[in-house]
Amino acid sequence: MSHPSPASPLAAPTPPAPAGSLKPPRSSSSTRGILIKIALLSIIDAIAVFGLFMLFLQESWIPFAIVLAVTVLVNWIYLTPGWLPAKYLTPGLLFLAVFQIFVVVYSGYIAFTNYGDGRNGTKDDAISTILLTAQERVPDSPTYRVTVLEQFGEYFFLVTDPEGEVSLGSADSPLERITDFGTDSTGRADSVPGFTTLGFADLLGNQRAITDLAVQVSDDPNDGALRTPDGSNAYLYLSSLSYDAATDTFVDRQGAVYRDGGDGAFVNDSGRELIPGWTITVGFDNFIKAFTTENIRGPLISVTIWTFAFAILSVATTFALGLFLAIVFNKPNMRGKKAYRLIMILPYAFPGFLSGLVWLGLFNEDFGYINQVLFGGAAIPWLNDPWLAKFSVLLVNLWLGFPYMFLICTGALQSIPEELTEAATVDGAQPWAVFRLIKFPLLLVSVAPLLISSFAFNFNNFNIIYMLTGGGPRDVSAGVDAGATDILITLVYKVAFGEGTGRDYGLASAFAILIFFIVATVSIISFRQTKALEELN
Amino acid sequence: MVAGATTTPGERPARVIPKRRRRGPWFWFRDTGWRHLIGLVMLVFAAFPLLYVLSASLNPTGTLVGSNTLFRTIDFGNYIELFQLPQQPYAAWFINTMVIGLVAAAGTVFLGALAAYAFSRMRFRGRRVGLLTLLLVQMFPQILGVVAIFLLLSGIGEVFPQIGIGTQAGLILVYLGGALGVNTYLMYGFFNTVPVSIDEAAKIDGASHARIFFTIILRLVAPILAVVGLLSFIGTTSEFVIASIVLTDPQTQTLAVGLYQFVSQETSSNWTLFSAGAVLAAIPVMALFLYLQKYIIGGLTAGSVK
Repeated sequence: MSHPSPASPLAAPTPPAPAGSLKPPRSSSSTRGILIKIALLSIIDAIAVFGLFMLFLQESWIPFAIVLAVTVLVNWIYLTPGWLPAKYLTPGLLFLAVFQIFVVVYSGYIAFTNYGDGRNGTKDDAISTILLTAQERVPDSPTYRVTVLEQFGEYFFLVTDPEGEVSLGSADSPLERITDFGTDSTGRADSVPGFTTLGFADLLGNQRAITDLAVQVSDDPNDGALRTPDGSNAYLYLSSLSYDAATDTFVDRQGAVYRDGGDGAFVNDSGRELIPGWTITVGFDNFIKAFTTENIRGPLISVTIWTFAFAILSVATTFALGLFLAIVFNKPNMRGKKAYRLIMILPYAFPGFLSGLVWLGLFNEDFGYINQVLFGGAAIPWLNDPWLAKFSVLLVNLWLGFPYMFLICTGALQSIPEELTEAATVDGAQPWAVFRLIKFPLLLVSVAPLLISSFAFNFNNFNIIYMLTGGGPRDVSAGVDAGATDILITLVYKVAFGEGTGRDYGLASAFAILIFFIVATVSIISFRQTKALEELN
Repeated sequence: MVAGATTTPGERPARVIPKRRRRGPWFWFRDTGWRHLIGLVMLVFAAFPLLYVLSASLNPTGTLVGSNTLFRTIDFGNYIELFQLPQQPYAAWFINTMVIGLVAAAGTVFLGALAAYAFSRMRFRGRRVGLLTLLLVQMFPQILGVVAIFLLLSGIGEVFPQIGIGTQAGLILVYLGGALGVNTYLMYGFFNTVPVSIDEAAKIDGASHARIFFTIILRLVAPILAVVGLLSFIGTTSEFVIASIVLTDPQTQTLAVGLYQFVSQETSSNWTLFSAGAVLAAIPVMALFLYLQKYIIGGLTAGSVK
């Protein structure tokens, strides 16, 4: 050990510490390990207990049961000896279960509901929201003096009614008489122990939240609610609609009756819906809608075709250019090869989300560099003509993707043994034949899996499309916000979160499920094919 | 063409002399010169958009039209102004992006390494099925489930507001949901190349499994940890979809979300400011990438070429 041996650099990666020196600290370190384990477990348990408590208060029993079961399981795994693989797999699997598997299942569930704008709650929520939003101020309502209080981020009204009685309530809990409060010089109640009284500045800062706040006078929503326009005086508001729980109907002042129409909203005889509705399960309606509604089916089909075209052409163009360059620069001792290589991989290193935006500027129809400088002021609608926009997207994706293919092909070419070329040349083969019959098939075997994953990536290549064209130019006749360059994933995003046409989570999730089946099918088939390719060689 | 360009060692003595005689400019062009020609075309194609952004970022006029003359003026005003916009807190975006990227990358590496170790070193029921399931689940990319993620985080936010919609912690947790999968595969392959005899020797010496994992194995597989960490860092810092849904407040947003709004609203007037932002955002990632590119390419191709 004391004399330096020439072999020591080779031994460097293996742990240098001899076994003997490990032994003394081991016992202390294993107690330390146990302490760390206990500390981590108690943090997790503390969080879990807090969550269980909150879920208990909200009476969400199914999540409560799940959290309880998982907590017990985690403790059991780490506190009992054995089950070693589980100790290593549990952390990752927990995240996978919640944010991948559950998300897949939940997407599937949403695809079978009418979840979306104006349909995102339970029926009870919808009823009370309808009553609240239809409220109008009672013309001769008495003035209630009010102080706005806050506790845990929730606002409360502390109300002194005209008779001098004091009560407290919030959006979730109707007014209730209280006795423990402080008053100001005018006799208005202005504080309650445990609550923060909002000052003038706070009132101004949270104006919207406070003017929107409606506190029910009693448990029955038909009795009306108090609202304050200024934070100091409140008035009684009554709904212009009244709800009858026995018949499950709304009646408005003109006597029109709104019934549960069966698709998650109250409708009257003339078809007018009350907003909001609520979420119901609609079975295959979203899928049926996607395939049968004329102005959704049309765009959906053309978007699907373009998605395939985009993914295939992206892989084909980048691979062709990358391979070509790899061959061109695969010449030993060519000067400046390193410099070429370095600059050519810059687009790949440039953050992907920025590329689309940069090219957006270059392609700008009126002011962009390409039109202004390269084409001398021509107004070529690069991004506003359906076909040119498709071309532009492919061009930008070529710019982004060819360096990756170049690097991979260079690596693959260099790993093909030179003897094969030699043997073929000796046998009299022309260079092109050597390439086509020997090198290319060998290259394909090693590159094929990467081409498939590149296809799968481009199939859902959201950033480039969304940043460059936003899916546009838009097809105005479509029933969904779809454009000429939209691929399926951008369509999902726009249907779910777009500004143009309201949010329809149900339909978007139905699209997502369709994409999943397409990608899974394509990948499984193509992986089988490459396996066959590998066995061939 | 490649085959013709390389001479085989065996033939060399016979060919050296005639070759010398023919060597003129035309020969040089046919042999190497055209490669340089293609190289130059590609240099322009690859580098031009980047030079253009750099030039625009140094241009004081602010507009798209003004950016069409390259490097006419050089002025760092945009870089200074970038940090003084009240509605677009660029500095905050930058820090957010780095924090989210680093934490998510570290978490991904850790979770992935734990799983890869189990799959590589332990034999248990369901191991094969588990590996296959990981591959299958990955076919449903998180971005497809963006609606479900949004609703899930909204639901979680009612119990734990700290990780609900609008929080970076929630976003990081979502990213960690994708920690297993491709990463585990990359690492699994690399873990398999570390001889099991090392583990066994340590075990005989009395080291616990945790000690072997943390002090021996993790050090030996450091290169793949770096690759996975870097790939995950680059992936999360350019992620737009989920970040745009989860992060609602400008102060909490990332560069991808913030810079997109910069340009999507009024392309021509904000242009040079955006360019400055883009240059600053790209430099650290590009530097890191170029520095480690050898390993990245190796890591990417290792799994398939094997």
